[in-house]
Amino acid sequence: MKSGGLAGVIENAGVLVDRSRGYWQDFQNWVQLDSSTLSPGRQLAVKYFIVAVILFCAQILFGLLAALQFIFPGFLYEFLDFSVNRMVHINAMIVWMLYGFFGCIYWLLEDESGTEIVGLKYGIWAFWILTGAVALVVLVYLFVQIGPGKDSSLWLINEGREYIEAPRWADIGIVAVVLTFFYNVVATFSKGKWSGIAGVLTLDLVALAGLYVAGMFYMTNITHEQYWWWWVIHLWVEATWEVLVGVIMAWSLMKLLGVRRKIVETWLYIEVALMFGSGILGLGHHYFWIGTPEYWLTIGGFFSALEPIPLVAMVVHAVYDAGAHSFKTGNHPALAWIIAQAFGNFFGAGVWGFMHTLPQINLYTHGTQWSASHGHLAFFGAYATINIAFFYLAIQHWRGDVWMAGGIKHAWRWKWALGLLNAGVLGMTIALLIAGYEQSFVERAVEGSTWGGYFAAQSQPAFQNAMTWRLFFGLITASGLVLLVWDLLTIGKGEERKAEMPQQA
Amino acid sequence: MNETPLWASESFWKKTAIWVTAGSFLILVVLTFDSLKQTTAGTQRVPAYDVINKKIDYQFDKELNKFMPVIDGEELLFGKEYTEEEARELVDLGKKTTQAKNCMNCHTLLGNGAYYAPDLTKAWLDQGWISPEMREDMMIQFLMNPEKNARTFGTGRKMPNLGITEAEAKGVVAFLKWMSSIDTNGFPYNFKTLYAED
Repeated sequence: MKSGGLAGVIENAGVLVDRSRGYWQDFQNWVQLDSSTLSPGRQLAVKYFIVAVILFCAQILFGLLAALQFIFPGFLYEFLDFSVNRMVHINAMIVWMLYGFFGCIYWLLEDESGTEIVGLKYGIWAFWILTGAVALVVLVYLFVQIGPGKDSSLWLINEGREYIEAPRWADIGIVAVVLTFFYNVVATFSKGKWSGIAGVLTLDLVALAGLYVAGMFYMTNITHEQYWWWWVIHLWVEATWEVLVGVIMAWSLMKLLGVRRKIVETWLYIEVALMFGSGILGLGHHYFWIGTPEYWLTIGGFFSALEPIPLVAMVVHAVYDAGAHSFKTGNHPALAWIIAQAFGNFFGAGVWGFMHTLPQINLYTHGTQWSASHGHLAFFGAYATINIAFFYLAIQHWRGDVWMAGGIKHAWRWKWALGLLNAGVLGMTIALLIAGYEQSFVERAVEGSTWGGYFAAQSQPAFQNAMTWRLFFGLITASGLVLLVWDLLTIGKGEERKAEMPQQA
Repeated sequence: MNETPLWASESFWKKTAIWVTAGSFLILVVLTFDSLKQTTAGTQRVPAYDVINKKIDYQFDKELNKFMPVIDGEELLFGKEYTEEEARELVDLGKKTTQAKNCMNCHTLLGNGAYYAPDLTKAWLDQGWISPEMREDMMIQFLMNPEKNARTFGTGRKMPNLGITEAEAKGVVAFLKWMSSIDTNGFPYNFKTLYAED
């Protein structure tokens, strides 16, 4: 009886495997994409892009669950609590954006260096190791969730530090993978040719890997711990990531619009000077209230107020170049997302950041939905958009450099995906801003941030309505994402016309 | 006159980028040494861990024009006087517990974290604990059994049971007490403690 049951299970499993293999075959027949036509480096890039999109979907899914819990606090209580959903929401975001960036770099590396990637084999191993580790970390987040107050919990389950919750073992793995990636990049440029873009990229990756190490230590003293924690978070997203985007943008503008190398590289240096010149000491705006000395109020306030300047420069750069080339591009969706990036970065990171960066304002807005409002528009505007633009560049090449413009078959899909995603995120941003204003007034200024004050603010109709609107716009964002995935899988399929890619002047 | 002026040349901006980055980073490193020195446990800004033996309050300082921690007199925690080393161990257990239980993805600590639950910076001083005599017991009960001792203030938002042991709960309370003594430059503003008279 027992063995019969076991045989049955094996048989069923076999059927299941066969069936899923069949589905996979059907899927491949449907998308009609053959990666053997791509160069080896770009095959690896595509792997990174695929995982990035899957994690993007996870980000939105868990974001929706967390948004629902603001309205129905009993939803998934003690099963998937807010803390778990929120952690997966923000971790999936950080990781998918990094996957996107890695993919972009592998995509442009052969083209930019003029040679094949050195040590690509190790790069491929690193991809599989990283992806396995990410999957394992997420499973532990979802099924183990928390541990006792011991070092082993921080090493194996969760470090409990916003954005870099990954347990210590995964931290070490991440650094090893980044070093492999770094080796691929440096060795390839050394074998081929260096360029301004290559130089900036290399130095930026040194900073990116080095800074992560600053967040890998446990400390009892919470002031010291948050001090280093911000080194990672701020100097990643408000400095090194922005420069990485500058690099990707520079290369994309050459390819998309045919902008001259000298122009994009000069702009890149200007951006680096402005970005690091304001962003490195702009770190001080996180040191207002964590116990650190008072001089950070002045330094952080001043330099972070300058942080929007490079973002203005990037808007000018992108829009000017697009105009100067009469918007002549072989890839309309990509250019549209590049323009969305320029404005999204400026408004989300620049304007929304500036609005609450001065300490006199931040005293009331710190730790309220203001930060969530800023976070949503900034991460989307600065980083999601550029990755999506690059996905379109990649899929166009993968389809055989086909025509990809406003008049393409099913063009409504990319246009609606663009519209829904942008409208959804903007709507969430405004809803959260309203909630943040209300919290600043009621909880912070009037009630003085006590627990009673916190809940008084959470109970106000202005706040609760805002949370409903946030959920609504979250659903809009999700529908845009579904459309985007569908479009990325199908755009250019069956298209015969070749794109007229601009030549560099 | 087709020559590129210096201010628009690639080499000028390349050098500027390098100098600005190196200069900013150097300043940050110098400030980091100073900030870490000024915020080591046992300094004016971040008191030693045995501050948990003392009475801690948070009051508006007219001269400085901001709220400041006020450390004054003895107020033992769990009726015991801790040595600095014992206090450090207890706070350490509490800190580790807050990380292992992922507190920061609902709460904010020093204003950083998530916004689904109240800020913990001055939680030790919150009027919700009613009186200094009732506080320790209420906090332990809440941490160990949050469903039954929920503090939802009518919102229905309850802390889940995180399996916190009694030792861990004591550690968390010690950690919160110690954290409330940190000079946070007047954040949060206008916070009325359970010692406040009005």
